[in-house]
Amino acid sequence: MTRISLTVDGANVSDDVEPRMLLVQYLREKLGKTGTVIGCDTSNCGACTVHLNGTSVKSCNVLAVQADGAEVTTIEGLARDGQLHPVQEAFRECHGLQCGFCTPGMIMQSVDLLSTNPNPSEEEIRLGLEGNLCRCTGYHNIVRAVQHAASQGATS
Amino acid sequence: MTATQERPSEEVEREIGRDRRRKEDQRLITGRTRWTDNLTLPGMLHLAMVRSPFAHAKIVSIDTSAAKAATNVVDVFTGPELGETLGVNINAWPITPEQVTPTHSPMPADRVAFAGEIVAVVVARTAAEARDAAELVDVEYDELPAALDLKSAAADEVLAHPDLGTNKSALWVFDSGEAGTGAPVEDAISKARADGIVIEREYRQQRLIPAFMEPRSVVVDPTGEQYVMYSATQIPHILRFALAATTGVPESKIRVIAPDVGGGFGGKLQTTPEEWIAWAVGRRLGKPVKYTETRSESLVSAHHGRDQWQKLTLAAEKDGTVTGLKVELLADLGAYVAIVGGGVPVLGAFMFNAIYKFPAYHFSVQTVLTNKTWTDAYRGAGRPEATYAIERLMDELAVEVGVDPLEIREKNWIKHEEFPFTTVAGLEYDSGNYEAATARAKEMIGYDELRAEQRRRRESGDPVQLGIGVSTFTEMCGLAPSRVLGQLDYGAGGWEHASVRMLATGKVEVVTGASAHGQGHETAFSQIVADRLGVAFEDVEILHGDTQVAPKGMDTYGSRSLVVGGEALVRAADKVIEKAKPIAAHLLEASADDLEFTGGRFSVRGTDQGMAIGEVALATFAAHNLPDGVEPSLDSDATYDPVAFNFPHGTHLCAMEVDTETGELRMRKYVCCDDIGNIINPLIVSGQVHGGLVQGIAQALWEEAVYDESGTLVSGSFVDYLLPTAADTISFDIDHTTSPSLTNTLGTKGVGEAGTIASTPAVVNAVVDAVRHFGVNDIQMPCTPERVWRAINGAGAGGSTEGAAMPHFGEAEASGTSEGGGAMGNQEQPGTSSTEGAGA
Repeated sequence: MTRISLTVDGANVSDDVEPRMLLVQYLREKLGKTGTVIGCDTSNCGACTVHLNGTSVKSCNVLAVQADGAEVTTIEGLARDGQLHPVQEAFRECHGLQCGFCTPGMIMQSVDLLSTNPNPSEEEIRLGLEGNLCRCTGYHNIVRAVQHAASQGATS
Repeated sequence: MTATQERPSEEVEREIGRDRRRKEDQRLITGRTRWTDNLTLPGMLHLAMVRSPFAHAKIVSIDTSAAKAATNVVDVFTGPELGETLGVNINAWPITPEQVTPTHSPMPADRVAFAGEIVAVVVARTAAEARDAAELVDVEYDELPAALDLKSAAADEVLAHPDLGTNKSALWVFDSGEAGTGAPVEDAISKARADGIVIEREYRQQRLIPAFMEPRSVVVDPTGEQYVMYSATQIPHILRFALAATTGVPESKIRVIAPDVGGGFGGKLQTTPEEWIAWAVGRRLGKPVKYTETRSESLVSAHHGRDQWQKLTLAAEKDGTVTGLKVELLADLGAYVAIVGGGVPVLGAFMFNAIYKFPAYHFSVQTVLTNKTWTDAYRGAGRPEATYAIERLMDELAVEVGVDPLEIREKNWIKHEEFPFTTVAGLEYDSGNYEAATARAKEMIGYDELRAEQRRRRESGDPVQLGIGVSTFTEMCGLAPSRVLGQLDYGAGGWEHASVRMLATGKVEVVTGASAHGQGHETAFSQIVADRLGVAFEDVEILHGDTQVAPKGMDTYGSRSLVVGGEALVRAADKVIEKAKPIAAHLLEASADDLEFTGGRFSVRGTDQGMAIGEVALATFAAHNLPDGVEPSLDSDATYDPVAFNFPHGTHLCAMEVDTETGELRMRKYVCCDDIGNIINPLIVSGQVHGGLVQGIAQALWEEAVYDESGTLVSGSFVDYLLPTAADTISFDIDHTTSPSLTNTLGTKGVGEAGTIASTPAVVNAVVDAVRHFGVNDIQMPCTPERVWRAINGAGAGGSTEGAAMPHFGEAEASGTSEGGGAMGNQEQPGTSSTEGAGA
């Protein structure tokens, strides 16, 4: 067991974890942050995407011990003071989700995409979301949602 | 007690037809979700499955002692140890009385029939410890020859279940001559051979995997008087029935909850070994248990879809007028007959004739058992196969006659003035307008300009050729009239149930037996009820997916929730109004005959007296002043059994560019104009169409479940099973024409499967159209660049994927064995093999 201390969605947390524990398992099993989900076991689907020190990562691809001292933001910490993040709003506005299982990862990746490229083309959006699978929407309305968020100036 | 603050009805905006944003989304976009795997109960134990690496083997012995001794392992069970408490996994649709159906134990004791089948279950305090211990279970197998290839299996070369004596499960036949719905097809074919056109083709429907995003998960809580099962399922009500029927627990002691469910596409229309094992273990130990599959387990053990060979014969006059269609299918069931099982191809049996006026039709399907993962419903279920076959054939007929593919279709389709039309398959199509949808789709894509560009590219020998694919589909949806299901020997009815509860505070609780998993029922159903009762959209709450809250239901599949479940809602709401009317009349001191109900308000004709339905609800709740003999409740139920299927249709057009030097494909444009009758929520409809399109396009271009020669699923992870990404796909141009259905009050038709059903042949037709001048008339799906290149370069349909999987490392060098031993990394020769470490 290894002791880790980090900030998750603004809260300071500290736990003893097995060195093999994945960050996504730590979030779900130790912290109850079940908004972040697991969709595959090969790091293809991106459903578990969170921000680690401000950059999107697939949390199934990071060990919990690697997050020691880091700042993690999950889908549950994206809204501030009761206000949805503009990308969250855009996904609802543009019907960018159906079953909603890929949505936490899709939103976290979209936020990251817009923070590095505030005005992406459709092509850039599609390439930027390539690591996140969705089986419901056919991506059409997800692309619209990111475009909508960009038009609202959602860069952070 | 009158109220005057309500707006006059003409000012109330109708909810039906509005692009309401979804009620479901607030939770889903903030991570406030309740997926089954999110649930944790006190004392909960975790399960891990030990799965067979062999496609077909006798279980010689299972040594669980090391696993049982592992830290924090509570117990390990094999099939014999759980015995009859395991129950069985049922087939609900024996398609013929003679159907050969192997017994499907959730955890067989003596023999495994596909790679991935469960042979033992480990119970531990954490999921990680359960998985670790699963690696310690030592199973000794005696490998048996496996029936893998569908055609070879149909010839009984190797038996999937030796004790059954055959792989042939059932032969189901429809013949229009015998049924009296048309002429004998052989006469039409003979005549066409002599003096007409005969098109004979064999098409492959490759094996697909539904690949819902949420892996399946099940929690069983045996504490308390009712046993509770939470499951990532489309069918909580059917699940409850099947648990009761097969495990001896009274139905009244079982509560099934489908909490948030992350997609299904038919893949969660199943009762699974994993659910049954969790049920048995939870009951045995008296503790809550949870099992959540890995993605790799999901791909190997959750049911697959499609997997057919289609032998097709179309007869026509020389001018292209169709005279007969003969369809002979081989359908791969996999190792067991799943809950719908052989019923899937039968759901396509009535649809091969599609929108065309065939005078003669014959359909047969031979279902076949193999040693592969079981197959069952996948989005469209039978109808994509039918649409693919007929839409490909109509293109071939157009080529033979030498006319545009749209012209040959128009020559043969049912004209809009001919509805209602009874088809050669015996179905009555109630409404439709193929001319209108086609005209709109042509306009959307710029059809004539694209054909001109295609000619230019062809004439100039452009290395990048353009193809235009057509699919003028229809489908039958809204499963299903119970009488029809009975005639087809399905094990249940096709009705749906709804309740409307009028709360004292003015809110309305609506209970539906449909079970959404992404479809947006909470929003669309709220719109229907809000309009019907004249209450605010926000005041309607839709409850579903819990058999204790919604005790009656037939669940969600087959594009049925709106057209069947929505009609049940309408009828329940209408009963509320009927019950409220005498109470309102009493309170208004008027005759019920003088009341009219509009915009949520009872008013007395010719006066300004009136009362909102919410006020009647409050007065009924108080019950201080009701008419004599009237019960103090407005709450109402309705169970609706549809009188007919309904028949969405549409015209889909796809433009594909093919690089003839490399086989690379680029989708340039995709348009569709679907007629799904009246639309409740256009935003939700657009999402259903987009998502459906991509699943159908993915069958055409990317997806295939591939087995190697020893029966190992080599596309067994998301690295290998090619689900399209945002970067692979394009934006779509969609529109609608409207021919309201005549068989339900709202005039709606199903839309959940339409995109998937229509798009596959549109794409393949486009690819073939682009390279037809190279002598190509078929490219097997998925149309990979390699296959396209091979087809252009004279290798027929581009070759099969089967048997084309790369050999396992080590195996190729090791004495050139070809017949087995490669499963899941095991490199020993066939025969008695030990597979310590086969835990998944």
